[in-house]
Amino acid sequence: MNAVIKGAGYALVHTPDMVIHNGTTQTTERIVNPESEYLKALPDHLRTFEQAVAYYPNQTYIGNLTPDELGAIPAPWNEQECPLTSRYGKFGQIMPQEEFLLLMQACDVFDLVILDAAFVAEHKAALAANEIIDDSIMARIKDGVAPAEIEKAVNEEHAEGLYHNNKLVGAVKRAHDIDTNLSAHVMHENLASKASNVVAILHAIKNAGIAKEDVEYVIDCAEEACGDMNQRGGGNFAKSVAEIAGLVNASGSDIRGFCAAPAHTMISAASLVAAGSYKTVIVTSGGCTAKLGMNGKDHVKKGLPILEDVLGGFAVVLGQDDGVNPIVNLNILGRHKVGSGSGPQQVTEALVFDALDRNGMKVTDIDKFAGELHNSDVLKPAGGGDPAEGFFKVVAAAAIKRGDMEKAAMKTFVKEHGMVGWAPTQGHIPSGVPCLGFVREDILSGKIKNAMVVGKGSLFLGRMTNLFDGVSFVVEANPGKKEEEKGVSEEEVKSLIAKALKDFAAGLLAE
Amino acid sequence: MSILNGKKVIIIGDRDGVPGPAIEECAKTAGAEVVFSSTECFV
Amino acid sequence: MDLENQRRVKEFAEQYGPENVVVLLGAAEGEASGLAAETVTAGDPTYAGPLTGVSLGLTVYHVCEEEVKAEFDPAVYDEQVGMMEMVLDVDDIASEMQSIRDEYCKYLG
Repeated sequence: MNAVIKGAGYALVHTPDMVIHNGTTQTTERIVNPESEYLKALPDHLRTFEQAVAYYPNQTYIGNLTPDELGAIPAPWNEQECPLTSRYGKFGQIMPQEEFLLLMQACDVFDLVILDAAFVAEHKAALAANEIIDDSIMARIKDGVAPAEIEKAVNEEHAEGLYHNNKLVGAVKRAHDIDTNLSAHVMHENLASKASNVVAILHAIKNAGIAKEDVEYVIDCAEEACGDMNQRGGGNFAKSVAEIAGLVNASGSDIRGFCAAPAHTMISAASLVAAGSYKTVIVTSGGCTAKLGMNGKDHVKKGLPILEDVLGGFAVVLGQDDGVNPIVNLNILGRHKVGSGSGPQQVTEALVFDALDRNGMKVTDIDKFAGELHNSDVLKPAGGGDPAEGFFKVVAAAAIKRGDMEKAAMKTFVKEHGMVGWAPTQGHIPSGVPCLGFVREDILSGKIKNAMVVGKGSLFLGRMTNLFDGVSFVVEANPGKKEEEKGVSEEEVKSLIAKALKDFAAGLLAE
Repeated sequence: MSILNGKKVIIIGDRDGVPGPAIEECAKTAGAEVVFSSTECFV
Repeated sequence: MDLENQRRVKEFAEQYGPENVVVLLGAAEGEASGLAAETVTAGDPTYAGPLTGVSLGLTVYHVCEEEVKAEFDPAVYDEQVGMMEMVLDVDDIASEMQSIRDEYCKYLG
């Protein structure tokens, strides 16, 4: 049994006030340099919701522009006037902060999120009008509290403030008096991840055309950890998200692996479906408040807007082979092993070429590669280069080193087999998976026959190992069960006729 | 004069450039003592 | 540069003496190389880390620069780094590094 990709959902949440209050670049700066020029200048560099929507890379993320179309527009894209202004796209949506704060409250089942009653009254209708928010979620919205209660929580009870247009409109309370794992800061981070995950998963279900009851298992692959002091990363974001999304038949669990987690999780989910363990599995993740404004200092210094002002979320629905949707080919898996080595060439051999060699394939047999699809607008001004393009160059360079490709072919390889990056720098979010919505469509339309998705992770950030990590998988066209059946039956008919004729002849001879 | 031989070497690699452990392998062959090796991540 | 890395660089420079320490970088492009080099020579240009206002003047090279490359075992370099010469803009990196060294390094031979 093959696992197929039935659909994907993509969500961005514009959270400018969280850039200021929750991004670690900013929270660190407030500690080490509270009077800094950067913190003073920052608010003037924040984009409005309309500006964040009318931005080519964000429009690509929700499916209103293809990566090829984005690649044809000269970068930096933040300097280009973008005529696309819809907050909804065929893959998902860009949610404004006011709706998201209400959704965070709806996702909280421990009375930790409080919102100003006037703020709730003002924006409740907008959330209800959101195309993926149903009555079950709206029923979770509370009326809100008086402003004094919010101020008291923030000023006296260590709550994390929730802001909109620089005004305190709510708070996330701590869930424990002394356990730092349940502090207001951690609860805020986890609830933001959970809520943005809900948006993505609801879009994925809609796009895959399945019923919520069909989902049997959900795997979350974010970079956050939820638990208490006795089990800090106990989990389970996945099941908590499934509960809010109304996936009554689903269980779930979390897989972690830094930025490589989405690729690890896709392989696990496809394997679960292929083994027949579960019929429908969703791979999903919400976004990361800590990374908001991560490269903000460089953006402000260069007079740019803060481009890291959105949380990202994605979800992919995998199901049993339907003879139509693209297959996750579990025979072409790449993995960086403990003994693979950490040089770029060894890493690329492990992630890309070992898998191809095992299957007798050349690097050019893969139509499209997807590595880290980071938006270069964000990283280039910060000295981070263009990791999306960098990855395709590395693959080409490794192919040249192996003697599989001429050096002169590098440029064309990068152009033809790579793609520009468009995803926000949300760690795990840009890691290969943003391409899956487009890859599914392009394979279905026959534009491409396959794509290799590579996820890479910086394990050393956890200070447990200096090892690098990564895995890869290939998505390819479905050969089509129906055609196969038709072919077999034609063969069968022919052999039946032949047998009948033989029998007839034998009968005649016998007579 | 040698740059690395006999020196204490600090390595700041980059996961999207050359990672720390790969530089470490090279530095050792030049007679340097690697006292610290780290890899940075922009993303 | 990562704040923890800055702290470690500062400690090692104090422990071994800045003249005995060499920093090797692996940054992906010229500007990032220059910023890291500036951090361990003139001080943290982002005013965030322990090296803010601390001019260590350490000797610093990018691993792909000819001067240090010549001191590595060529086979090991080729295996560990060689391929990246096709990917990185080595000339740009080298010129950024040279200009930082010319301005801020205190212990060049």
